[in-house]
Amino acid sequence: MNGEYAIDVHGLSKSFGHKRVVNGLSLRVEKGEIYGFLGPNGSGKTTSIRMLCGLLTPDEGSGTCLGFDVRSQSAEIKKQVGYMTQRFSFYEDLSIRENLDFVARLYAMPNRKQTVQAGMEDLGLADRADQLAGTLSGGWKQRLALAACMLHRPRLLLLDEPTAGVDPKARRDFWDEIHRLAGQGISVLVSTHYMDEAARCHRLAYIAYGNLLASGSPEALIAQSGLASFDVKDDDPALAERLRKLPGVQQVVAMGNLYSVSGRDGALIEQGLASLPGLRFERAETGLEQVFIQLMENVQDAPP
Amino acid sequence: MKFPLAWNRLWAIVLKEFVQMRRDRITFAMMVGIPVMQLILFGFAINTDPKRLPTVVFDASPSAYTRSLVASLENSGYYDVLPPPETVAEAREAMAIGEVQFIVSIPPDFSRQLVRGEKPALLLEADASDPAATGNAISALANLNQSALQHDLKGPLARLGTAPPPFEIRIQRNYNPEGITQYNIVPGLMGTILTMTMIMMTGMAMTRELERGTLENLLAFPVHPLEVMIGKILPYIIVGYIQVTVILVAAYFLFDVPIAGSLPLLLACVLVFLAANLTVGMMFSTIAKSQLQAMQMTFFFFLPSMLLSGFMFPFRGMPHWAQIIGEGLPLTHFLRIVRGIMLKGNGWAETWPNVWPLLVFMGVVMLIGFKRYRKTLD
Repeated sequence: MNGEYAIDVHGLSKSFGHKRVVNGLSLRVEKGEIYGFLGPNGSGKTTSIRMLCGLLTPDEGSGTCLGFDVRSQSAEIKKQVGYMTQRFSFYEDLSIRENLDFVARLYAMPNRKQTVQAGMEDLGLADRADQLAGTLSGGWKQRLALAACMLHRPRLLLLDEPTAGVDPKARRDFWDEIHRLAGQGISVLVSTHYMDEAARCHRLAYIAYGNLLASGSPEALIAQSGLASFDVKDDDPALAERLRKLPGVQQVVAMGNLYSVSGRDGALIEQGLASLPGLRFERAETGLEQVFIQLMENVQDAPP
Repeated sequence: MKFPLAWNRLWAIVLKEFVQMRRDRITFAMMVGIPVMQLILFGFAINTDPKRLPTVVFDASPSAYTRSLVASLENSGYYDVLPPPETVAEAREAMAIGEVQFIVSIPPDFSRQLVRGEKPALLLEADASDPAATGNAISALANLNQSALQHDLKGPLARLGTAPPPFEIRIQRNYNPEGITQYNIVPGLMGTILTMTMIMMTGMAMTRELERGTLENLLAFPVHPLEVMIGKILPYIIVGYIQVTVILVAAYFLFDVPIAGSLPLLLACVLVFLAANLTVGMMFSTIAKSQLQAMQMTFFFFLPSMLLSGFMFPFRGMPHWAQIIGEGLPLTHFLRIVRGIMLKGNGWAETWPNVWPLLVFMGVVMLIGFKRYRKTLD
């Protein structure tokens, strides 16, 4: 492998018909890094991931994945990358063991039986080995998919919204597993819509309408956004509209018994909040959600 | 009690169905295409009374009488007299391949015996492997010996023209002397069943991957398209052979159909035919977007296969254009192969002319299928 990046691509573009789905995407993912890939629905995340693992040929751009050229060496890439599709795409009429056995045969794994057994035990699937995949619940299906894409010991995992529709406990287990793998030196590119998951990534990229809008560590992104946030301890439903009208306020989010208010000009917002009589508020930390919503609204205001 | 149906709800369902129908172009095309095809095939192509069947005449005593006789054969409309090959053996070979349907042999002293009123006989050998194809032509002979020579037998010979007929036509039904329909249908059924199941099974096998979303995964694995294609075809070859075994056992023990030729040759030809059909199925699966579409396309292919191949209706009864389409279908050639081997006892030499078209067909379809197979999701 040449270079120190697991993924190093520049200017990847892809159009379907007249629609430009990915526009000049450049991405660098270091070895052993968990790289979060965020963006609204239809922003080109899945298309980008498919280009990285050779399922789609980029119209423009070039680069390497594990040191192999994404255009010409997709066969090599496929051998060393584990790709987990957004939709469960294993055989529902095969059992867990049969699915894994099929995958192991495709990768021509030595000691196939042991590998499959070990793969199942790693993810706690051994008890259900002979259950048909179609009868598994969402969380177990996702474990099966992860076990399958880990089976051939890939050096890079591409995970496309792996935890969509999975309960919080299963999500946490899944992420613990991801971190364990990253600790072993495996690089991970994972797309997600969950902010708590984004916060668990080493670095993030935010993509919207095919364009990369921001990238960096979660902390850096929050800092870059320049947003100031306040928690308003009030649950009066009529308050939201009044808060929105305050000068400098860009986002108001109702959260049960409090409102989260944020905007670029912290001093101006504070002034406005203070002007409302009897309002209890305090400065709060800005979350990634506010940062991303801000990014998206900026794009909508000024489309590329 | 209130009437449980509401028009607006019913109408909502109807509208939705129409929208979905419009979105599924292939299904819609099939709904229109299949009736049109049926109309054309049943209306124009099928003819249960085949005429102008290829006939060769070996006339060992050429005379005005035998010329009239041949002319009246042609005039009946059922016989198309072709220039004969050098020897009767060659003509029989042509019959084995299916190029000649009738061989008429006129013995050397036919004309002399005729004039003497000795009531000579001529021999008509028919390829009776398909009784439906030759039945009417043979029936048309019934009065031929009475009328054929009426104009020629004049003057002193006129008495020969009156009953009883001046000569005899001996009919020899080759390959299927008793004219048993099952002899023709049962071997043919093998081809029809294989066409239906092989194309449908493979057609659905690949679209199932697409429909269930497993294709994306399959493409992400380091597996070559050819490996996928062949890997999906092989199991169905075994299924095909199981079907062939069932049909052959039933044909032999239940319907008493003879197996005149070599069984290994037959099984080898089955392999070629299976492969040809499986490639069609694979090609369909690269076009169809759902299993339903794959099934409709199978039907679209199956219908002309059944009607134009000579399975249900005599091949020679069809107009020229339909015969050309028929020649392009694998079932047509396979029927000739199976009937040839089972009924006529054909060997490799007589079988080959129908094997290579299968191979050509397979090659072309495989090429199309392979070109269309998605290596990527582009």
